[in-house]
Amino acid sequence: MKPLTTFQSRTVVLPTRDIDTDQIIAARFLTTTTRDGLGASLFHDLRFGADGQPRPDFPLNRPEAEGCRILVAGNNFGCGSSREHAPWALLDYGFQAVISTEIADIFFNNALKNGLVPIVVDADVHAWLVDNPGVDVSVDVRESVIGLPDGRRIGFPIDGFARHCLVEGIDQLGFLRQHAAAIDRFEEERAWKP
Amino acid sequence: MKTLFEKVWDDHVVVPETADTPAILYIDLHIVHEVTSPQAFSLLRSQKLPVRRPDLTLATMDHSTPTVPGSTFRDLAVVGENAAQQIRQMEENCAGFGVDLLGYGHANRGIVHVIGPELGATQPGKTIVCGDSHTSTHGAFGALAFGIGTTEVGHVLATQCLLQRRPKTLAVTVDGALPAGVTAKDVVLAIIGHIGVDGGTGHVIEYRGSAIRSLDMEQRMTVCNMSIEAGARAGMIAPDDTTIEYLDGRPRAPTGADWDAAVARWRTLRSDDGAAFDREVTLDAATLQPMVTFGTNPGMVLGINDPVPSSGDASFRKALDYMRVEPGKPMTGQAVDVVFIGSCTNGRLSDLEQAAAVLRGRRVADGVRMLVVPGSQRVKDEAEALGLDRVFTEAGAEWREAGCSMCIGMNGDIAQPGQLSVSTSNRNFEGRQGVGARTVLASPVTAAAAAVAGRVTDPRTLLGQQES
Ligand code: SF4
Repeated sequence: MKPLTTFQSRTVVLPTRDIDTDQIIAARFLTTTTRDGLGASLFHDLRFGADGQPRPDFPLNRPEAEGCRILVAGNNFGCGSSREHAPWALLDYGFQAVISTEIADIFFNNALKNGLVPIVVDADVHAWLVDNPGVDVSVDVRESVIGLPDGRRIGFPIDGFARHCLVEGIDQLGFLRQHAAAIDRFEEERAWKP
Repeated sequence: MKTLFEKVWDDHVVVPETADTPAILYIDLHIVHEVTSPQAFSLLRSQKLPVRRPDLTLATMDHSTPTVPGSTFRDLAVVGENAAQQIRQMEENCAGFGVDLLGYGHANRGIVHVIGPELGATQPGKTIVCGDSHTSTHGAFGALAFGIGTTEVGHVLATQCLLQRRPKTLAVTVDGALPAGVTAKDVVLAIIGHIGVDGGTGHVIEYRGSAIRSLDMEQRMTVCNMSIEAGARAGMIAPDDTTIEYLDGRPRAPTGADWDAAVARWRTLRSDDGAAFDREVTLDAATLQPMVTFGTNPGMVLGINDPVPSSGDASFRKALDYMRVEPGKPMTGQAVDVVFIGSCTNGRLSDLEQAAAVLRGRRVADGVRMLVVPGSQRVKDEAEALGLDRVFTEAGAEWREAGCSMCIGMNGDIAQPGQLSVSTSNRNFEGRQGVGARTVLASPVTAAAAAVAGRVTDPRTLLGQQES
């Protein structure tokens, strides 16, 4: 994974609550055996009508959404299925961060493991971002803060280890494998065996 | 004093967590399926790593497999070329990494969360993971079981361990006796309606109380299965005589002196009196009724005769528009196009028996398509031995091969745009059962009643008729 420290982008806003991973990427696109190219299917049934044409009213289809790397979404984003295809699709489409008032557990973990920054903010900051789509927001992963155009700097919670891995581009499997001796010992010494 | 969760967690910590690093948690059982594992096996291949413990890995195929009656592996065309490729790759991955695969045609193949318990591989006190959010099902045995992403599937394949921060605990207590016609599905839908689809986020739920204790193992699995629909990582129920009786004699359960030792250990797996939970919620079983969803997440749920609520919230209104339902009216009377009985929530033998009891001597209403999809090959065989398949086919329903089927609609089993599906599965998300399909979640009894009436119906009216 590439190290990720700071970036800046305009936002695109999807204010809907409880956007589940089926909406982020529908199950029929999961019959893939790689993680490439999923951006084309991101939010497919929201982005495209039954005729396959883009829905002009969907925020991602508006001209000003072009190139936005930060998605602002309603409460409880990423609930539902554990499919890691959801962060893969968001990243492949070009997103680098998701901001919400709450982000579901499994999605949150999957996002971190792939370099998509899950950012939880309070209701006031969120409401401001929803009311001001397209503003420039900066993200500083090392400091765990976002910067708003009016100069406000807002901290967001992120596990220190996950942050370290993002900033240094560390692969968590490598970290786990460094503990192989402890895993061996655990297997040998435990009181009962599965 | 410890909670059940804390006992199981503490028993599996390889390296404790610190402020800087998460805990390294040992995994006793890793269940793998074809949809969320290909990229994990590719990772192992690229890093030239073996699967550390193939003996603790259980692999099957369920999500993209066909359920067309009598279909065999060679009929994969029915699910499309991509799904067929995914199934072939699963066979190659398992063969290449020395993992036993309960593959197509195997007598023990089935939905990941149905086969673990029925084989006796799911046991109290184990840590169990799978690249699938409904892994919470296995918590019904007092295991700590949760869904993981594909990167983590790779971590477990390579190291048998996961990096985890300890979640919080939530006690959900349901006391009292369940009224007639109210099942485990109704209990868990009521819980989700009560705490909300994000009410369990960051928590492991322990279900307690006399109503939970009175449930058999299959019903307990239905409850734990839907923990994730409240946002919880896992759901657990302390093992008791019901649990031990269920496991006794299962193919992968311990035997002889090992069984006795295991049972002694399992009996210690309960929350100590006075152990503290981070949060507690209580429900009264006597007040529960058959539940149906009216919106596009499982928290948008109400009693079968209650009116759909109204709200000025835009997301709420969008859900009602999608479902084409109106505030102020109950869901009963809504015309039904499709009925689906199956999934890891309600695809076990007792679920099929409950649906069959409603259908026996009755017909599926004209214009309604009803699919009955057993959760596993074993469930299918047992149901056929009881003649349930004939009850379903004589009533006009389709009796299919085992798999996830219309729960997720990856294998060609879908509802058409605009159709209303009454489903015993766990997610009524937009498009989950097909683009534009409208899903109403319900128990097997309520779903079967909807098939007979052709409309969403209070199942107690039919159950009553049968008794008289
Ligand atoms: S039945 Fe549905 S919820 Fe269960 S494992 Fe299959 S797709 Fe997932």
